[in-house]
Amino acid sequence: MRASKPRLLRLGAGELVMVLVALAFAFPAYVFLNVSLKDPQEASASPLALPSSVSLDNYVEAWRRAELGGAMMSSVVVAVISVALLVLLGSFAAYVLARRATRLSFGLFVLFLLGLMIPTQLGMVPLYQLMHDAGMLRTWTSLIIAQVGQQLPLTVFLYAGLTRALPREYEEAAYVDGAGPLTAFRRVVFPMLRPITGTVIVLSGINIWNEFLLPLLYTGGSAQQTLPAAVYSFRGEYTTEWGLLFAGMMISILPVLVGYFLLQKRMMRGFASGLKG
Amino acid sequence: MTLGRSRQRFPYWFLVPALVVYGVVVIYPTIAGGVYAFTDWTGSRDGANVTGLANFGAILEDPDAMAALRNTVVLAVAVTIVQTVLGLGLAITLHTRLATRNVLRTLFFLPAVLPPVIIGFLWQYLLTPSGPVNEVLGNLGLGGLAQNWLGDSSVALWSVVGVIVWQNVGLTMIIYLAGLEGIPVELNEAAAIDGAGWWRRLRGVTLPLLMPATTIVVSLTLISSLKVFDQVFVMTGGGPGYATETLSLTMYKEAFVSGQFGYSAAVALVLTMLVAAFALVQLGATRRFEVRT
Repeated sequence: MRASKPRLLRLGAGELVMVLVALAFAFPAYVFLNVSLKDPQEASASPLALPSSVSLDNYVEAWRRAELGGAMMSSVVVAVISVALLVLLGSFAAYVLARRATRLSFGLFVLFLLGLMIPTQLGMVPLYQLMHDAGMLRTWTSLIIAQVGQQLPLTVFLYAGLTRALPREYEEAAYVDGAGPLTAFRRVVFPMLRPITGTVIVLSGINIWNEFLLPLLYTGGSAQQTLPAAVYSFRGEYTTEWGLLFAGMMISILPVLVGYFLLQKRMMRGFASGLKG
Repeated sequence: MTLGRSRQRFPYWFLVPALVVYGVVVIYPTIAGGVYAFTDWTGSRDGANVTGLANFGAILEDPDAMAALRNTVVLAVAVTIVQTVLGLGLAITLHTRLATRNVLRTLFFLPAVLPPVIIGFLWQYLLTPSGPVNEVLGNLGLGGLAQNWLGDSSVALWSVVGVIVWQNVGLTMIIYLAGLEGIPVELNEAAAIDGAGWWRRLRGVTLPLLMPATTIVVSLTLISSLKVFDQVFVMTGGGPGYATETLSLTMYKEAFVSGQFGYSAAVALVLTMLVAAFALVQLGATRRFEVRT
């Protein structure tokens, strides 16, 4: 069916309206990038005009003064280890929860799901105290444990969903061949869970990278602090130098931006199928 | 026989590592927090006295805490309504043959993957009285609309709502887009042949079939915006006065600034009950609606 003339016109008008909406929506991003490229005088004089000369001075300064190198390192270490642990712990747990038809396993599954709803605020002080008593404040370990615990409900929920949909015949075949549960899971089940493993990596990776309060409480001000906490304390020190701050903020989201533009389709599918933590 | 086999094949020890971490990070602290809510604990080694409902009485008599409670509800309801309507609008518009649809989807979803703290700082700058937003309004001849967005106590909460919606509307959009892709084209075509116009098809076909997506969107948005912390914390810190104070902010300040752990736990428990209440009401409403259709 070929589009008729009024239809084409309507499509054209729709296009125009949407582009205008998109421009308004993208305005903050423009200011963000623009100010980060300007020197302080120019930034405060005219935040909207294009920079007279593009300079990366702010980026170099922010990197040095906010010690973003160390924070970047912390963020990467914490995110990578946490996500790896989540995949491991989550897939194993979900396998049993999804395959066992007992009251106990159903109850445990519900217990995990409750974590999606209960505000972390309620347990914040007792957990902080626990970490304090264990002498683990200001370490990556405390942060990794806390992040993994917080993201487990989402991970278990996602893995259990796909595990239930998988046919059991492949595992049966493995058992007939004499495999134990560990081998059957590792060789047969886990590879079939690959699509959801991708979703788990994307969702929990982003949630962990973006988390603010946990890293602030557990590693804030230390050499182990992650990017959001580093940017936060940087903001406290240089209250009026927005160019510097924005450059630092840009650096801290660069890995996410690169990942997003490379994997946008996958990411959007992941977020649409999962939930955001 | 089957049971024995299942015990062998799906051994409970597979669960142990996850349960240990979850127990330490979520279950134990949550229960402990629930208990502290009924004490006057201030962090001292001597422990705490059980004070029954005293903390909750104090919340009721504390105008600042009550303001936080009110703000939390207003913010969550406003964000949920605005974000759902706008996200649905974007999804319907971009579920068409617009040439720019893929670029636009990427753009609208982008803020949702960025750290809320960063978004908060960015908007704090954009919304300063002499900042870019007011400057653009002036340039467009709309200078009369300029506000002290975050400094005026009658506007600040709505500014916060706007920022949160800006950040997360893309998430709502993609959930609805996934829902729209699941609706067979034939249904809309059949309705069109029967003479139904665009509006009638939307109300009679599309929206009812999007009900499952709406359930997800509404519960997700409600729960996350009741708990919202980061953006408010960095943009206004709850101010001016207590105009944008939310329960999660009160909880944080009472615990980590004032050291009133018992009181802070009570505030967190109120927040938890609020989330549970909203979730139940929403579940009930959706059930009734789905039965009716």
